[in-house]
Amino acid sequence: MGHKIVSNEIIAPSVFRMVVEAPEVAKYKKAGQFVVVRPKERGERIPLTTLMEDKNKGLITLIYQVVGKTTAVMALMEPGEELCDVAGPLGQPTHIERFGTVVAIGGGIGTAPLYPIVQAMKEKGNYIISILGARSKPLLILENEMRQVSDEVVIVTDDGSYGEKGFVTDALKKIIERGTKPDFVIAIGPAIMMKMVAILTKPYNIKTVASLNTIMVDGTGMCGSCRVTVGGETKLVCVDGPEFDAHQIDFDEMMKRLSAYKKHEEESFKLFFEQNKERLARRNVEVRRV
Amino acid sequence: MPEQDPEVRKRNILEVPFGYTEEMAMAEAERCLLCKKAPCIKGCPVEIDIPGFIALVREGKFHEAAGVIKRTNLLPAICGRVCPQEDQCELACTVAKSHKDVRKSVKIGNLERFVADWEMAHYPEVRIEKAPSTGHKVAIIGSGPAGLTAAGDLAKLGHEVTIFEALHRPGGVLVYGIPEFRLPKAIVDREVSNLQKMGVRIACNVAIGKSKSLYDLFNEGFEAVFIGTGAGLPVFKGIKGENLLGVYSANEYLTRANLMNAYEFPERSDTPIIRGKRVVVFGGGNVAMDAARTALRLGAEKSYILYRRSEKEMPARLGEIEHAKEEGVEFLLLQDAIEILGDERGWVKEVKCIKMALGEPDESGRRRPVPIPGSEFTIPADVVVVAIGNRSNPLLVKATPEIRTNRRGNILADPETMQTSMPRVWAGGDIVLGAATVILAMGQARKAARSIAEFLRTGVWKEPNLPST
Repeated sequence: MGHKIVSNEIIAPSVFRMVVEAPEVAKYKKAGQFVVVRPKERGERIPLTTLMEDKNKGLITLIYQVVGKTTAVMALMEPGEELCDVAGPLGQPTHIERFGTVVAIGGGIGTAPLYPIVQAMKEKGNYIISILGARSKPLLILENEMRQVSDEVVIVTDDGSYGEKGFVTDALKKIIERGTKPDFVIAIGPAIMMKMVAILTKPYNIKTVASLNTIMVDGTGMCGSCRVTVGGETKLVCVDGPEFDAHQIDFDEMMKRLSAYKKHEEESFKLFFEQNKERLARRNVEVRRV
Repeated sequence: MPEQDPEVRKRNILEVPFGYTEEMAMAEAERCLLCKKAPCIKGCPVEIDIPGFIALVREGKFHEAAGVIKRTNLLPAICGRVCPQEDQCELACTVAKSHKDVRKSVKIGNLERFVADWEMAHYPEVRIEKAPSTGHKVAIIGSGPAGLTAAGDLAKLGHEVTIFEALHRPGGVLVYGIPEFRLPKAIVDREVSNLQKMGVRIACNVAIGKSKSLYDLFNEGFEAVFIGTGAGLPVFKGIKGENLLGVYSANEYLTRANLMNAYEFPERSDTPIIRGKRVVVFGGGNVAMDAARTALRLGAEKSYILYRRSEKEMPARLGEIEHAKEEGVEFLLLQDAIEILGDERGWVKEVKCIKMALGEPDESGRRRPVPIPGSEFTIPADVVVVAIGNRSNPLLVKATPEIRTNRRGNILADPETMQTSMPRVWAGGDIVLGAATVILAMGQARKAARSIAEFLRTGVWKEPNLPST
């Protein structure tokens, strides 16, 4: 019983937006939760976040970036084909309440899981300042969607090709320095970005939450591959998270653990890339650092 | 029973024993005294009519023998392989008693396995005996041994059964935990497909308690729910270094290797696994043996079992310990890990251990291991697997406060009916027992199925008799 793909479009270099049938997920998913996808038989199980759901049509929208074989396999799939498995929703939903001023920080593809959270926070009556960061302009995603659910949007790029030149932390610092005291900060993006956000907000005592995307297998608390240290205790991202108090997360350990299969991933991606060079090129997917 | 040569099998994933031929089975059956008392039946948690089926094997009536077993055990091909017979039927066997040696018992497990395999080979189409549909909807959570058994019993009675499974493949611990070389997946797949032929629906990829709740199931029209979610929560030692790269829970190591086929990475599987050259497994149970033997099959040069007591106290089955030794797993006994040391990049480098001595017996009746001061030493390692036990899966219970549990997180259930503290909810298997055995899980599932069937017939939820915490 597969999950039929309705569309699978490129929205930025190596970033895709896939709409797929998953009626149960569409019906039950709450902001902050994720799914585990296994695209094909003999495939790997990877956690992905969903951008939005259409309960009536039973559709979910996945945003993914090609970073290895599994996501490259997905990038080559056509509408009408089926994803073998979409498990979930999994993880704890985000705790949504009226905090006051919420700063929502999305780095790169992290903006995708951030969007439904911001949407829910906005509905609760929070004042939303969104900071969206990307390496350069073409890599910025979901700007329009985020504008619709935010009161202010600040855009930063590493190379200054769009918005302000700099990092999301520079933008956050400016917001704090202008006298806006955020009541709540949520950051989703590369581990190093979330770590820097946590370091910045700590002295100001601003409640800060990060949503972690660690390596997972089952996604139901069974294997422990996603374990992280939070406040000195071992937690499982898949069932205790994915969101945690950013000031308590051991980001250095987490970043090391993210690199566990780097060699394997490169080997597997390279093998797949050699066999599918032309098709991947047509989808604008390049093999990175192989 | 003939088996693969250890030197050959330690580099492949195929099943270790080949099974009996018909002649061998009939000869083994001749050893049974068919004694009147039949203490073996009492030794079996589901009380299979052991002399009854063995008498038929003697006469070469294998199909009939299978019928006798299946009256009380729906999954004989699985139980014949993974039941701890030496602690159950074979321990009670009169032949074993007369020799004062359990190894000399009639090989009941091997015969059960033979009969089940024979039936599978000669009668691939199962006899489906099913009552007319009752229209009653039952949800089963988890597709391990308990869930499959409860589903089978209830479907036979004509109830509409749906199994919810969190993973992408049904079978629970039978497919993610127990390796192919001990229990071929094809056997589990066959049992699952038999259930589907009986009309059981299997919904994979749904983790009840996260994906949706027990309340959602009742809202969807299910009238009764059986929880068989098992003991899938990994336990770590809580020592320094357990989050280093190359340290696995046994669950993760075995899931990658078994369910995800990581031994065929990258050509035929996309799931990687660290192929350690020197693998140290903590623990002395069946899962530890499975992990140490899996390490060899993944190419390890050295695979160690590190266990803090002596071999006599090991909870693993004797046969598993012997298989591991034959394949070259080295046993480091009366030693315990106190820290895992890493290199500058965060990878496992060595395990710091301490020698132990056995002191007074503890609450488990086994002599308590006591560290010997000043006896610390290190073993070089590049992969560590922690296989010191599993606890019951907390996912569903956490999301359902009405279900009462004991301190260990096991669900409290009436020992006769398997009812829980929540009306219309039953539980059985490892979620109630803690990490136990397939056959005990099946026994509880059958009790639960009987009670569920009665509830569906009468509509009356009797107050359960819950054990104290």
